[in-house]
Amino acid sequence: MEITFNGRPHELTAGTSIQELLDQLRLDCLQVVVEHNHNIITRQRLAETALNDGDTLEVVHFVGGG
Amino acid sequence: MDELIIAGRSFKSRLMVGTGKFASNEAMVAAMEGSGSEIVTVALRRVDVDNPQDSMLKHIDPERYLLLPNTSGARDAEEAIRLARIARAAGCKPWVKLEVTPDPYYLLPDPIETLKAAEVLVKEGFIVLPYINADPVLAKHLQEAGTATVMPLGAPIGTNKGLRTRDNIAIIIEQATVPVVVDAGLGAPSHAAEAMEMGADAVLVNTALAVARDPGAMGVAFKKGVEAGREAYLAGLGKQQDKAEASSPLTGFLRDKN
Repeated sequence: MEITFNGRPHELTAGTSIQELLDQLRLDCLQVVVEHNHNIITRQRLAETALNDGDTLEVVHFVGGG
Repeated sequence: MDELIIAGRSFKSRLMVGTGKFASNEAMVAAMEGSGSEIVTVALRRVDVDNPQDSMLKHIDPERYLLLPNTSGARDAEEAIRLARIARAAGCKPWVKLEVTPDPYYLLPDPIETLKAAEVLVKEGFIVLPYINADPVLAKHLQEAGTATVMPLGAPIGTNKGLRTRDNIAIIIEQATVPVVVDAGLGAPSHAAEAMEMGADAVLVNTALAVARDPGAMGVAFKKGVEAGREAYLAGLGKQQDKAEASSPLTGFLRDKN
């Protein structure tokens, strides 16, 4: 199945949880914030939230800014 | 003790610093330390999985600095609100520097979208510090909407031009019921001092520190500028006038008549 990850198409196995995807991409869940179909997913819910075909995922982190 | 109080929280330093554009995290930390700042701004962006980076937050001690996430990149109220909520979900305190800049060329803030976003975020319990053009009417609307400060620009972001909006900032200061933080365009400690002499409550500086040959030393220089300006404001500056007024006595010269 395919989701949109940070604006780009991303292939992954059906039933993958957000936490599993973060692990695959070597992203530390303590350093990022995840928006799933425009809803913020708290850290506690990353493992229990499964991704579906066509979902939109935004994964953001802090960078330098003024 | 002359402290800056924003939303009930007191700060000894009246200089806020941004963390963008630094050549390295070490340079950023040097500028933060040199400046004596207690409030530092950060931005939110998509992670780049192809170029993983060391988290900049590891370099910022949360005990020492209040992290002030900005909503830079937002082009309208909706995007700004979304970014503010994300920042809060990241574990930040509910403070946000509200920034809505649809125009990428001058990065001037959109007053209508900024006010809309401020009204929503204040209701959601955010402590909102809005970045605005130096518009006294907008500043009044925002403080009435419950923002914690107003942050008028001196000049467009990153231009280092100083207080080009001086006269309007003076009106904002005169009318303000919340702290006035002059943000953007301050390129030299003298610009920061000028804002503080006028009665601004604080200033925010980023580019001037980030592009300095020695960001740590420039942080110190800005700290001194802000302190000098604040002390001069409190001490009471003399009025400007056109006619000379002698500093030495005009009597008792070595001639018959004065």
